[in-house]
Amino acid sequence: MLSETNLKKVEELKKRYPTTQALVLPVLWMVQEEHGYISQDSMKYVAGLLNVPYGHILGVVTFYTMYHTKPVGKHHIEVCTNVSCLLRGSGKIVRHLENRLGIKLGETSKDGKWTLSEVECMGSCGTAPMFAIGEEYYENLSPEKVDKILEALR
Amino acid sequence: MLQKPVNAKEVTTWEPVIIPDIPDLHKIDIYQAHGGYKALQKVFGMKPDDVIEEVKKSGLRGRGGACFPTGLKWSFMPKQSAKPKYLCVNGDESEPGTFKDRAIFEFNPHQLIEGTLITCYAIGAQTAYIYIRGEYGKWIRMMQKAVDDAYARNLVGENILGSGFTINIYIHKGAGAYICGEESALMNSIEGERGYPRVKPPFPAQYGLWGCPTTINNVETITNVPVIISRGAEWYSKVGAAKHPGPILVGVSGHVNQPGVYEMPTGEPLVNIIYKYAGGVPGNKGVKAVIPGGSSTMILRGDQLEGVRMDADSMKAAGSAVGTAGMIVMDEDTDLIEVITRIAKFYYHESCGQCTPCREGTGWLWKVLKRFEQNEGRQEDIDLLMDVANNIEGNTICALGDAAAWPVQSMIRRFRDEFERRVKPDSRKVSREEVAA
Repeated sequence: MLSETNLKKVEELKKRYPTTQALVLPVLWMVQEEHGYISQDSMKYVAGLLNVPYGHILGVVTFYTMYHTKPVGKHHIEVCTNVSCLLRGSGKIVRHLENRLGIKLGETSKDGKWTLSEVECMGSCGTAPMFAIGEEYYENLSPEKVDKILEALR
Repeated sequence: MLQKPVNAKEVTTWEPVIIPDIPDLHKIDIYQAHGGYKALQKVFGMKPDDVIEEVKKSGLRGRGGACFPTGLKWSFMPKQSAKPKYLCVNGDESEPGTFKDRAIFEFNPHQLIEGTLITCYAIGAQTAYIYIRGEYGKWIRMMQKAVDDAYARNLVGENILGSGFTINIYIHKGAGAYICGEESALMNSIEGERGYPRVKPPFPAQYGLWGCPTTINNVETITNVPVIISRGAEWYSKVGAAKHPGPILVGVSGHVNQPGVYEMPTGEPLVNIIYKYAGGVPGNKGVKAVIPGGSSTMILRGDQLEGVRMDADSMKAAGSAVGTAGMIVMDEDTDLIEVITRIAKFYYHESCGQCTPCREGTGWLWKVLKRFEQNEGRQEDIDLLMDVANNIEGNTICALGDAAAWPVQSMIRRFRDEFERRVKPDSRKVSREEVAA
């Protein structure tokens, strides 16, 4: 389930914490980075790897919003709609994205290329409105800017 | 409504020390060329207790929201401990309207590292975990690079600069949960658990990470520490408001011309922050309301801002709090019902679900507020909202319950007319049982 490189990293990480359970979050991140999401089999694998009950892993995965239990689109657009973004027009950005991509918030396009999600405050309030795709923040958005970003990703 | 002041007071001149205006300061060479890591060397020549005393004297109070005196918090750590001691640096930064720690990660990561080392030395910890929210993947990489560079120069790790002290710093990535900014939830998260807050007491200094003595401070708080050591507590204590001194990062967002993070001494008038730092309101519109310190702090009316300052005492007197100093400005055309409904939705989404008043109550608040949003409010709903909020406040393990209640309570108290306007004219009286259902 995990690459050799990541398994080596796991061994390194063990030195940083007094328990292996502390590796649950970092290892789940590795799984998601390698596979795109965290399947039930992956959870069982992590449970075995860290000697933590499967139920515990399931509890953790479903608690944190950034872990996906299902595959997401190739480009996962996460739009902030919290107050600072709301005040600067995130509603318009959401409607524009929905129109352009033909999907609603929370949906994935049929070709698996796009997933559109609403997220809570991303700490981009001074550069609102914004969305993130992966680790990249796209800020000070306008519908025109959104079109350019989408075009570059198509 | 606050209108643009005719003679806005001048901004206090301030040479930034938390995010100094030095190009490429995030690089270790540049940071060291500007006196970086000198405070650490100075500290190695001091007794740990003297370091704590210095921070106490400086008057530094936590920048994460509670404004708790930092030196006092450190002094709660047991001097002798059979168990290892830990430091957690809270970089979860998830309070809506807050984006200041991100600026530290990006522009001055080494000062955060230096502060972390000094704090570890003072409290006798050999390991520090810097917990950063998962969404900040890019900033985690920046921090990791800075930590790696500091390790390479033996500023972190074993026998730092031949001092005989060993301090390791590890970055721990969160995975998307507002609640992990709560100190005990953060510790559970590092331990590989769900982010459930713990019942207190015992407090972290007695029973923190893995049951060991632990101190936890906000990123900005820690970044203040090297400044106190290098410039002295005496100097620091004279910056800004007497009872809440020092520089503070204020993040201004919403309806202002120049949103962003501004460093200033505490005690700056809010009016100045809006009009001098953030360049005023687009279209010269009036200010209807301000959320002064992140979404959980009580909303202030525009017409009550005159004379209110960004420090704990002034803010408390005005009926709000400094919080994270994430200031959200709303102009005269803002639909405050839409704003409060969005805030309520946030707390409902982020409630961890441990305590019934918060788990259920936050959902009820959102549900009832949505009725107002759609102009379907009922006469008795305003009192109902107050009732629900009052029964969440103070009745939960952690402060998320309070954080969910305060915005609703203050919005009703200060903008009751906005709610009344959204009551459906012919709304019939509904029994309590019906409402709850």
